[in-house]
Formats: sequence, structure tokens, C-alpha cells
Amino acid sequence: MSDDELIWRIAGGSGDGIDSTSQNFAKALMRSGLDVFTHRHYPSRIRGGHTYVEIRAADREVQSRGDGYNFLLALGDSFARNPQEEAFYGNEELKPLSENLDDLREGGVIVYDEGLISDEDVEELNLEERAEENGWHVYPIDLRGLAKEHGREVMRNTAGVGITAALLEMDLEHIEDLMEDAMGGDILESNLEILHEAYEMGQDLEFEHDLRIPEGEHESEQALLSGSNAIAYGAIDAGCRFIAGYPMTPWTDVFTILSQNFPDMGGISEQVEDEIAAAALAVGASHAGVKAMSGSSGGGFALMSEPLGLAEMTETPLVLVEAMRAGPSTGMPTKPEQGDLEHVLYTSQGDSQRVVFAPGNIEEAYEQTRLAFDIAWDYQIPVMLIYDQKLSGENTNVDVEFFDREPSPDLGSTLTEEELKEAAHDNSGKFKRFDYENAEDGVAPRSLPGQKGGRYLATGNEHSPVGHISEDPDNRVYQMDRRLEKLEAIREELNEERESTQTYFGDEDAEYGIITWGSSQGAVEEAVERLNNSGYSVKGLSVSDMMPFPEQEVTEFLESVDEAMVVEMNATAQFRGLLQKELGRFGEKLTSLLKYNGNPFEPAEIVEGYEVNIAEEDREPTAQVRIEPAAGD
Amino acid sequence: MSAFNAIGEEREIDRDEFTPGVEPQPTWCPGCGDFGVLKSLKQALPEAGKTPEEVLTVTGIGCSGKLNSYLDTYGFHTIHGRSLPVARAAKLANPDLEVIAAGGDGDGYGIGGNHFIHTARENHDMTYIVFNNEIFGLTKGQTSPTSPKGHKSKTQPSGSAKTPIRPLSQSLTAGASYIARTAAVNPNQAKEIIKEAIEHDGFAHVDFLTQCPTWNKDARQYVPYIDIQESDDYEHDIHDRQEAAEMMRETEDVLNEGTVLTGRYYVDEDRPSYTQEKQAVGEMPDEPLAERYFDDDAEWERSYDLLDRHK
Ligand SMILES: Cc1ncc(C[n+]2csc(CCOP(=O)(O)OP(=O)(O)O)c2C)c(N)n1
Ligand code: SF4
Repeated sequence: MSDDELIWRIAGGSGDGIDSTSQNFAKALMRSGLDVFTHRHYPSRIRGGHTYVEIRAADREVQSRGDGYNFLLALGDSFARNPQEEAFYGNEELKPLSENLDDLREGGVIVYDEGLISDEDVEELNLEERAEENGWHVYPIDLRGLAKEHGREVMRNTAGVGITAALLEMDLEHIEDLMEDAMGGDILESNLEILHEAYEMGQDLEFEHDLRIPEGEHESEQALLSGSNAIAYGAIDAGCRFIAGYPMTPWTDVFTILSQNFPDMGGISEQVEDEIAAAALAVGASHAGVKAMSGSSGGGFALMSEPLGLAEMTETPLVLVEAMRAGPSTGMPTKPEQGDLEHVLYTSQGDSQRVVFAPGNIEEAYEQTRLAFDIAWDYQIPVMLIYDQKLSGENTNVDVEFFDREPSPDLGSTLTEEELKEAAHDNSGKFKRFDYENAEDGVAPRSLPGQKGGRYLATGNEHSPVGHISEDPDNRVYQMDRRLEKLEAIREELNEERESTQTYFGDEDAEYGIITWGSSQGAVEEAVERLNNSGYSVKGLSVSDMMPFPEQEVTEFLESVDEAMVVEMNATAQFRGLLQKELGRFGEKLTSLLKYNGNPFEPAEIVEGYEVNIAEEDREPTAQVRIEPAAGD
Repeated sequence: MSAFNAIGEEREIDRDEFTPGVEPQPTWCPGCGDFGVLKSLKQALPEAGKTPEEVLTVTGIGCSGKLNSYLDTYGFHTIHGRSLPVARAAKLANPDLEVIAAGGDGDGYGIGGNHFIHTARENHDMTYIVFNNEIFGLTKGQTSPTSPKGHKSKTQPSGSAKTPIRPLSQSLTAGASYIARTAAVNPNQAKEIIKEAIEHDGFAHVDFLTQCPTWNKDARQYVPYIDIQESDDYEHDIHDRQEAAEMMRETEDVLNEGTVLTGRYYVDEDRPSYTQEKQAVGEMPDEPLAERYFDDDAEWERSYDLLDRHK
């Protein structure tokens, strides 16, 4: 744990505005030249209920939320005081303070709202004693009173930010700018007044802590965005202009972002009756010639299984996103898990084939979304992006220039009317849409309804080259083989023509490997760095291509190490299962580190997992993780 | 050059153009009512001035779902119950297409019932033909949502305890703007109604009574039907919701007693189609979205331009 970084946790009642406050504060930190990473804790309640947001900021790249934190701003939960009897949550005002103490690092700073959190309550917490033990520095401030005096009570947030800035000796410039962008009139006036008042009050305090805002500088302009933003923008740049969906956390984020942007750019968004319809709509729009997308989370995606098979059989290009949350059934709606891998890989009937990418961070989310559309439209196959609640909601800063590229509205293997004239037709004059004789890499180019000379039948049943239902055994084998050929061609393209979408870290010659997938990437990357700093010899691999699986790359990685630990957020080691299925060996080399308590991995847990596991320290891990030993153990 | 030259092409259209070459021949049983739907469509489409290539027929699964295998337009033979969501999106993607969805009563009122309600509610500009044979044909004679109460089948051997669905009333309640019932045994009326449905700007629901001699020998579609527009006994105003509802109720009450009433039940020419509604609120482009991909001058937004709020 390093203290050259700030991990600021703002805690309050859900609905108390901590989201917008933290978003702005994160941006202010980013504008001051720091790299940031945000983590949002969601309570399972619509309003009220203790929650927090964490912002980690450092003068170097930050890949995860980090371990614990070092600055707590406890606002108190104002919704705990909801006077309506039905919605009375008990005395929870204290929770933003009491619930957060366990993770606060030694020497950390606490600011709490004296106006909401009473002295008696604090006494019960033994705060003084605990502060002494841990070297915490406690600043009780009447944020509520301050806010009330100059504006309204809800502006407690602003007062809290003012105090924070003072205690960290941080300039107010960026915070003021962001406030001016976000509001105006009296509200802005009051907020600015509160901010300055709090700042002055903070400066008058006697500082006994060492924590200061780190100094940093960016070489180019940065933007702060979430995985959902990145997927939505990737889709836009790929020319996606049709989205259909039904809300389900956390997929709703992508759905919402595109729904809000499409009207301005001539796209269409449809909220429909259920997920079967949503996926079927995306198929219909794609069939008629628009780049389309749909998606859901576990339970909703289960309903999409049938239209997914339809897209595959009719060779309709399609991108589906699956934003995992903890399951099964409705599971834990606001908690991340990597538990739907097998669901996504194998759902739908028959020898069903699709491409599956699992981006591991914000940049990969953007990149792989574009790639998904390219592959789907070039090969006429459904492509899925699987990610989770964690990647969906966390914000990090990305170089703005990263996004500066040409949109690609290309419909891939779709023919123009001119090209259709040259294409193969049946004696009857029908277009041989599902032609196996002239297909390349299994791809038979398609026509669109309304084009001259392109008439055919798209059929969810097995079909002849022009699309008529066919149970002819020879045709069946030809068609099936042709469709299977696509996946091989895609594997080759990903292997040879494209830059690898897998991510490596650590020293190439390391003896020990940690392998992971999806959003656990950041925590693993940081753990690898720390392990190496403490003298171990470790390297990491984060796999993005789930199907087709990058057999060769992963084999090389596993061959190069003595042992490897597979890190993933689920209870049944789904990714390790995939590894062993695809590679057919390495069973004796692999150990699993599994976490499924609803919270993502923190780097320290992976470090500990390694130590317990490999350095063979004779102890159980303290974190809520499970170790699944290697085959034969 | 437009990317979709078949759309809006003006020329003399021969109804034979809608018949595929030698293959495939319909696999329907002799005497099946589905032949009637096929025939009326083949007549109605050229009369409505449609060329085969500007029409997209989207079907579900069932004997009825094979309609577009024997009708030579652009076609999409989807999955059981899902013709409507596929059809709806194709229409949104390219509103210039003439979209016709079709399927059985099991397909449309059973497994696809939810989509039926919502497509009618939104009033998508398309025609929806439900082959109502009061039975599951393709899966060999199970009770369907329109089978009469007491209907015995292999899966309901003691006779169904369920009251049949009321498709016309349901359609009206849901919001369809053209609702008619016709029968395969009345080809002239069927053709006229299908033509009107195609020409109607909005969701046109045609409940098409199709006999299934193989599995539903008792079905009432065999009894003489009455054309309500032709009969002096019925004088309801098809533009009046109340009167239409009354007529539908009457029909649906007596259908299983042997009185089959057919004809137009409700027509609302004023209700805007979904495309128009969506355009009115600014959620739908004026030009067909599908065209844009072929337009070299189209300006495509970049995410780069969206980042301002994230800086
Ligand atoms: C999801 C799904 N469930 C069940 C089936 C099997 N199935 C095929 S057709 C059919 C019913 C057909 O009845 P109907 O829709 O009334 O059409 P008909 O054959 O009478 O024209 C069923 C249950 C299927 N293909 N898919
Ligand atoms: S089973 Fe019935 S519905 Fe199907 S083709 Fe035969 S007669 Fe027609």
C-alpha cells in the first residue's frame, strides 16, 4: 500500500447526491493532472440506504480501486430520517461513518458531518479509541449547518468537498469550474459560497495528518468515462444506429446512453415488451440493413437464447452485450460477478456458434465493441460482449485522442445492387443467399430486402442456398460446415491480422503466472506488480477472446510458467473450466482463486491468495475468497 | 442510385411473379385453409401495386409459418411466436418496405401473445395475418388458445377447461387500427380484406379462419359464414369503436355455436402509425435509416465529439 495516492471515499445516503458530487470531484482530480479510478457501492434500495463512492487518484496509472482507502467524508444518511412511517429505515444516520471504518487505512483522515451525526452516537462507536489505535485524524464539522446557513441542507456535499480540498491543500479552481458548468443562478451562488466558507474553515483547522493531494500532469487532454460509456461510444463509432432493450441492471446503462444519444444522430432506440422481443428486434433491424445491437443481464439474456440462435442460423449480423451481475435467478442486482461465462458461451440450441469478447478495462471496452461490430458484419455471425457491473460502472480517465478515429458504418459482407447483379442466382432467378459453392471463409454475402435482384428467404430452419427449408442431408452438412468455417476464419483473423486482444503484464521470464479475464484484469495487474516488488517472480495474462479461444497464446503462457493461478469472480471456476476444455491439459498446473461475495477483487486479496497458495504459507486466506486446488491435489 | 431500387418501382406486375419456380411445392395437407391465405395474398399484392422485392413477409413457426416459402417475396421465416418483433424492427429500419407478418393462432395468440398486444398498441404500419384454425397444426393437433372450451386433444384429453381467447376484442383493446376477420372459404372477401390491410397505414390485424381438415375436423369454419358488410342484419359503423366492440363481442360469443361472422370490424384511418408518432417526438429519422449506409455523403457522428461532457 502506498500513500502517494489519494483514495477518497464519500459516504452518505443513496439519493443524497453523492454520485454527482463524486463525479465532479473525480473530474477535478483528473483536471489537476492525476489519473483516477472510481468505484461505486450500490445498496439494494431505490432511495436511502448507506452507500459510498471511492475515487482513487495518483500521479501514475491506476488500474483498480486499490486496497482500502485513506480519506473518509461521511455525510450522514439524510434519507434515514425519512418521516414517512412506511419508509422509516431506523436510525441509520450514523452508517456512513460507522460502516466504513474497517477499510480505512492507518493514518487516514475522517471528516464527518456533526450536523447529522450526533455526539452520543459517535461515542458509542468508540471512535476516539479506534482513531488513536490506527493513527486516524478526525475532523467533526457541521456541514449541514454550514450548508443551511448559506443555501439549502442538500448542499452538504459541497461543504464536504470544500473541507476536503482544504485538508488536502488542493486548489479550488477546477472544482469551481465544474460547478459553473453544472449549475447557474442562485444555486451556483449558494454553492460557491458554501464551498469557499468550508474551504476557509478547513484552512483554519490544525492539520495533524500527512495526506496531501499528489502532484501530477497529463500530456494530453483526458476524459473521464465508464465502461458503459466506452461500449456505447464504440457502438456509435462502429455505425450502430439501432438498439432495442428491456431494462435490467447493469445493462441499462449502455441502453440508456445510446437511447439518449440516438435521437440527435438519427438512430433508433426501442424499449420493448421483453428481452425475447429486444433481441428479435435487433435481428429484424439488422436484416433490413441497419447495424443493430441489443443486450441484457443474466436473466434477461436467458430469454435471448432463441433469437440468438435465429441470428446464427439466418446469418444475420448482430451484437449483443451481456452485463453480468451476481446470480442465479435475480441474484444480487447491484453486485458484480463473472458468473455468466458459460451461459453466454453455450446458450442456444444445436451446434451453436458465436464470437465472445470480454473486455478488461475501459479502453478495451471501446476497442472490442468496434471489433465486435466489424466481425459481426464481416462474418454474419452474432458477436457478444460480456462484461460486468464493475466495468460497467467504474470511471477512469482516458486520453481523449484515443477516441479520435473515423466512424466505420461499413456493412461488411453486404452487397450493393451493382454487386448483386454479378452474384450467383438460382435458375428461378432467386439470389443464392446461402451459397456454399462461392462462399469464402464460410461467408456467403447477403442482400437486403428492397434491393433489386436479391430476393431470398431467410430461414431459421435449415435451408437450401436460396433459403428454402431443407432437410436434404447433403445440404445440411454443407451448410453446417460452411457456418462452422467462419469461426475458424475469425480465429485466424484474430490471431494473425489483428493485434492481440489479450493483455500481458509482468516480466516475461517470470516463473509463476496469474491468469484472469474481464474486469478482474486491473486488480490482477496491480497484484502482479506488487508481488514482483516484494521479490516474487510473477507475470500475468488477461484473456479477452472467450470464443474463439486464443489457444496458442494461452498455451505459450502456461508452458512458460511452473504454476498458474486463475483469478475470477465466480464460485464454479468457469473460466478455468474453459481453459482446460480448450487446451485439454495443464490441469495439474492450475489453481483457482475465486471470489463471489458480491464485491470485486482488491489487489491485496490476490497477493494474499498467491502467498497462501504458492509461497505455501501455512494459513487460510483472511479475505472472503476460495481456493480451488489443482487437479490431483 | 438508391440502394433499394425495388422499392416503389412502378410497373405491371404479374401475380405469377409471387410464385416461386418449380420448388418448393406447398407441403400443406389437401383441403388446408392455408392455401386460401396464399392465394388471396398473391392476388392482393399486385392489385395493391406491390412488387415482390419491396415486400418483406415475416412468418413464425407452424404450418402457417410456411407461407413465405410458397410466396416469392423477400422473406424471413423466424421462430415460434416471434414474427412480430422481427417485422416491426425491419419496418423501423426501412419504413419504405411493405411488411407483412403472418403465423398461426398458437404462434400469434399463444406464445407470441405479448408481442401481439404490444405491436397493436404501437400501431406499427404493417399487416398481420393470423391463420386461425383453432388448433396446433404442425405439432399434430393440440389444443390452441382459440380452441373452444371443452375441446379434446391428446394434451387435454378430458376437454379444455379454458375459455378461448377473443382475438378481435383483444386487438381492439390493444390498439390495432384495422381489424377484420375473413375465411379461406370466402376467397373474394379475403382478397379484398388483405388488400385493404396492406393499404392501411397502421397495424392491420386480419384474423383469417383457416380450416385444418387433418386435426380439427369439427371446427366451425366449415359452417356457412355471414359477411357482415353484405348482410342486412348487421349495420355497424366500422369507424365507431363502441359499435365495433359490440360486433366483436357478438361474433366471439357465437363463433363456437356455429355462427361465423366475417368482414371488417374496425377501421381507424386517423390514428397515426408508430413511425409517425416516433417521428413526431423526434425519435425517428425522416429518411429510411437503412439507406444511410449506402449514402456516401452521410455524416457519421464520432464518439470523439461526444466526449465534451466527460472532460
Ligand atoms: C419455442 C418453440 N416452442 C414450440 C415449438 C413447436 N411448435 C411448432 S409449431 C407449434 C404450434 C403451431 O400451431 P399454430 O401456431 O396454431 O400454427 P398451425 O400449425 O396451426 O398453422 C409448436 C408448438 C417451437 N417450434 N418452438
Ligand atoms: S395439419 Fe392442418 S394446418 Fe397443417 S397443413 Fe395440414 S391441414 Fe393445414
